[in-house]
Amino acid sequence: MTAILELKNVSKNFGGVSAVSNVSFGLKQGEIVGLIGPNGAGKTTLVNLVTGVHSLSDGQVIFKGEDVGSQKPFQAARRGLARTFQIVQPFPEMTVLENVSAGAVFGGAAGGIAAGQEAAQAELDFVGLGHVANEPASSLSLPNRKRLELAKSLAMKPSVLLLDEVNAGLNASEIDDALKLIEQISGRGVTILIIEHLMKVVLSVSERLLVLHHGELIADGTPKQVVEDQRVIEAYLGAKFAERYKVAG
Amino acid sequence: MSIAAVVAYTIALALIPQFAGNYETRIAISVAMFSALALSWNFIGGFTGYPSFSTAAFFGLGCYIGALSQRAGLPAEAAWMIATVGVAAFAAALGAIILRLKGHYFAIGSIAIVEVTRLIISSWGSVTGGGDGLNVPLMTGTPDVVAARILYIMLAVMGGAFVATVIVDRSRLGFGLRCIHQNEDAADMVGVDTTRFKIAAFVLSALFCGLVGAVYASWVGYIDPTDSFSILLTVKVPVMALLGGAGTLAGPIVGAGVFVLLEEFFWANFLQWNRAILGIIIVFLIFFLPGGLLKIRYKNLLKKLSANRSADRSNTVSEGEAKG
Ligand SMILES: Nc1ncnc2c1ncn2[C@@H]1O[C@H](COP(=O)(O)OP(=O)(O)O)[C@@H](O)[C@H]1O
Ligand SMILES: [Mg+2]
Repeated sequence: MTAILELKNVSKNFGGVSAVSNVSFGLKQGEIVGLIGPNGAGKTTLVNLVTGVHSLSDGQVIFKGEDVGSQKPFQAARRGLARTFQIVQPFPEMTVLENVSAGAVFGGAAGGIAAGQEAAQAELDFVGLGHVANEPASSLSLPNRKRLELAKSLAMKPSVLLLDEVNAGLNASEIDDALKLIEQISGRGVTILIIEHLMKVVLSVSERLLVLHHGELIADGTPKQVVEDQRVIEAYLGAKFAERYKVAG
Repeated sequence: MSIAAVVAYTIALALIPQFAGNYETRIAISVAMFSALALSWNFIGGFTGYPSFSTAAFFGLGCYIGALSQRAGLPAEAAWMIATVGVAAFAAALGAIILRLKGHYFAIGSIAIVEVTRLIISSWGSVTGGGDGLNVPLMTGTPDVVAARILYIMLAVMGGAFVATVIVDRSRLGFGLRCIHQNEDAADMVGVDTTRFKIAAFVLSALFCGLVGAVYASWVGYIDPTDSFSILLTVKVPVMALLGGAGTLAGPIVGAGVFVLLEEFFWANFLQWNRAILGIIIVFLIFFLPGGLLKIRYKNLLKKLSANRSADRSNTVSEGEAKG
């Protein structure tokens, strides 16, 4: 099966700094893939390259067979390529419902504002924010802001969803809830790339893992293959983690 | 509710020539004219949150396009339409460039446009008459008849700008502009074509100004670059919109009405203080009325005043934080 999203030799330099270099991988329809790497590895930059926030220094991004390397963010959204922000980006003075309807009205299929609100309410119920629909977005707690981000991108009816550190800043039980939600989203047939700096968070949900280190993709395989990979152990995990994983797994 | 109030207010203004003299009619024209200008500004400054100071450029170009068309022999109505379309096209072309700037940079860029257009008009003497200005064919009729007619036209423009405001407010366009105002990157990311939306807002903020300028030129019968591209006008109009409440439906109308009446009062009573009123209102707005007259919670204000008298000032601080 061909990939729904494919990156071919993607690179990005900021001035002299190479943030992403020569990264290639594909996401298959319906997959959940984890993208991990320490802070500064280039994960967010990669998301920005795929969604048109940054222009590519080199390489190609192919979405549903189309070269989308020069798209703008709003075009990515309308094509069904949605993302959440590592640093949540609400419309602070709008209600939670209005925030999510923006996704439905501009990025999704909703014809008008009324249809957008209906679609938005459904997504809010899905992520568990139905009861605060009419509160201002700025009043939400951090876990709820992350859910709002998620609902907003779901309202865009994406076929591929890039989740940039949706779990950062959450405690263990909140992370469990968020992961359950992500599995449900995947159950709808949405292809998901879940980005994390901590491997243990994504290990349980990912069918496949990608490891980014200093902007380079150093591993691409099943969780088991990746944690046993010598380069990953040296560069990122440390020997201790690999030992523990072997014992536990 | 505010729609009904605006309709009633418009009718009341339209009745002024029947019941009052030429002086009151002239003030009513001023009120209608500045209401239309402030409503226009509201599209870019209020809905979108881009602090535009281009009003005088659009107004001045409207004056000149209208006046030149009339001098070329076109009837006034045709000249006004040409001015409207011409200024809208100018804003569309310019918007694509200037709307790349944000915040203070946009504000400075937009004020530079006023100066540049003024310089072009005053240097292009062979066509525009340069610094000597231009005479515009006078409207036929007694002064009273002409004034009443101008008032109705200005009220129609104000009404048109208000209807456009209501439509935009309820449409995808208005929703997208509010998203841009609150977080432009997030708006982009949910699928708002921010460039096109901002240009649409900029064009809306321009076309009514162009029309008002052309009608103004027909009314006064003489225009020159200093009067048409006045920096005072370009500052006054946003202040009016902010005074009433930027981003609200009726705020610009309220602000324009209050401002024109205050100005008239100061003008009549303290001639030399007239300019100071603008400064006082600006300072007042920045410190006490960040949301404008329509957004004050009058009940809270009373409570706060009585609380302040007895207690310390901590209430005021927390209220200020909630706004920010
Ligand atoms: N807009 C930018 N301008 C310059 N450098 C940037 C920019 N965005 C990211 N970088 C740099 O690129 C590298 C990767 O950053 P980032 O993608 O945010 O990493 P991660 O998300 O994996 O923590 C870092 O060295 C960062 O400083
Ligand atoms: Mg990051």
